[in-house]
Amino acid sequence: MTPGARGVNEARPSVEIAALSKSYGRTRALDEVSFAVRPGGVTALLGLNGAGKTTLFQILTGLFVADAGRVRMFGVDFASAPTAALARLGVVFQQPVHDLDLTALQNLRFYAALHGLRGAAGRAAIEGALARFGIADLAPKKVRELSGGTRRKLEIARALVTTPDLLLLDEPSTGLDARSRADLARDVFALASERNIAVLWATHLVHEIEAARDVVVLHHGRVVFTGSPEDLVARTEARTLEEAFLAVVRGPAASDAAAT
Amino acid sequence: MTLWLTALAAIVGRELLRFRYQTSRLVSAIVRPTLWLVVFSAGFQNVLGVSITPPYETYVTYDVYMLPGLIGMVLLFGGMQSSLSLVFDREAGILRLLLTAPVPRWYVLFAKLAASTVLSVVQAYVFLAMAALFRIDFPVLAPLTLLPALFAASFTLAALGLLLTVYVRRMESFAGTMNFVIFPAFFFSTALYPAWKVEESGATWILWVIRFNPFTYAVELLRFAVYGQVNVLAFAITAAVGLLSFALAARGYDPQKGMLGRKPRDEA
Repeated sequence: MTPGARGVNEARPSVEIAALSKSYGRTRALDEVSFAVRPGGVTALLGLNGAGKTTLFQILTGLFVADAGRVRMFGVDFASAPTAALARLGVVFQQPVHDLDLTALQNLRFYAALHGLRGAAGRAAIEGALARFGIADLAPKKVRELSGGTRRKLEIARALVTTPDLLLLDEPSTGLDARSRADLARDVFALASERNIAVLWATHLVHEIEAARDVVVLHHGRVVFTGSPEDLVARTEARTLEEAFLAVVRGPAASDAAAT
Repeated sequence: MTLWLTALAAIVGRELLRFRYQTSRLVSAIVRPTLWLVVFSAGFQNVLGVSITPPYETYVTYDVYMLPGLIGMVLLFGGMQSSLSLVFDREAGILRLLLTAPVPRWYVLFAKLAASTVLSVVQAYVFLAMAALFRIDFPVLAPLTLLPALFAASFTLAALGLLLTVYVRRMESFAGTMNFVIFPAFFFSTALYPAWKVEESGATWILWVIRFNPFTYAVELLRFAVYGQVNVLAFAITAAVGLLSFALAARGYDPQKGMLGRKPRDEA
């Protein structure tokens, strides 16, 4: 990372991933992945389908265990104290997760209570999150009756109910239209700096994360680039970030990784 | 500690909410054993003479003998239904919300079991009221003396169902497995006939299966509890099976040791 570039932040990283590997049978989903996610900005995790983004998220949320390597969250080894880390985490999974038979409000209440939030504090947090995404009037509706876009917003609102210090977003804009995508990106970027939280945003849609502070490119389970978006463009001599991303995943580093 | 209690209340509360929306579930849970109790027992009332064995002190009619077995049936179906809800949660992805809550994984599973137990016990009481309505003879205090046995038996049956969800992952296969589990569990037990009746018929192997079937002990625990008695052996076996199943299920859901981490796309 070049000193003097924007977003130089000496704060301790919220997440430090070191030499993380995970295989499914003979398929190596993650191969010695290392990078850090700092608070106060968005770290974009770019990768094509099958790059290993979702596997990484499953390890970061404790759903899966890595074969090798370490994850430190807020300075503490995740494996040794997962619940303490999970309490400070907000997650939006790639596949939508709702209880369709309950109302939007009941879904949020359920989630808040799972995280120990109830009573007046819980209500205030839920109202705040709903208002932020402009879906407060839809709260009494069953999730089954809501559109795909609204469901997505509800999930992001849910992740914010517990005021997390780290937000993990796995392709959060899936199912949103162009305008909602833009709104989502604007909201998340604002949140990261307002609340000084760390955001890890996995996507293959480069334009969503152009304003990201850091970029990590994952390809065939390997990190092939870490740095700022400007560095990525400069390194590949591309005109746009999108071109730069494609150059990196098609370039020699990528084909090396693909050969293993 | 508040976090744990709030999370428990959230998980149990959600199951109750879902149950409220599924009236057909309650109806079928009650109609099924009521049919057995009223129709089946009418047909066999005089065929199956039941002699005086503990806890019975006098000759009892067949419907009276069946009652604890049918309460067991309500709990057995309740336990399996609840594990079905866990399979549903896994397919709908909600399991991921549960497993990423800041409480230990075994506790999430325990809360699921608690929810299942509460639901089963409620259904058992509705069925008991139904039995009273059809004038089946049981002691006035039975609803009270049954309570601990109901909790123990339904916890164990739900824990067995939970253990099943570790190995049977798909919704469709689970429905099939339920038939394979529920009916043998029910028929190879003392729910419909006492063990000595089977022994008398000479079907020794069936007698052995009945003796090794945990459901038998759940039913006997309930049978004695109806009359305010504790069958210590039945309680010990029911409790042991419940705790062991829960421990094995918790291990199965542990990403370090269990099966969950092995399948790449299953959770996605």
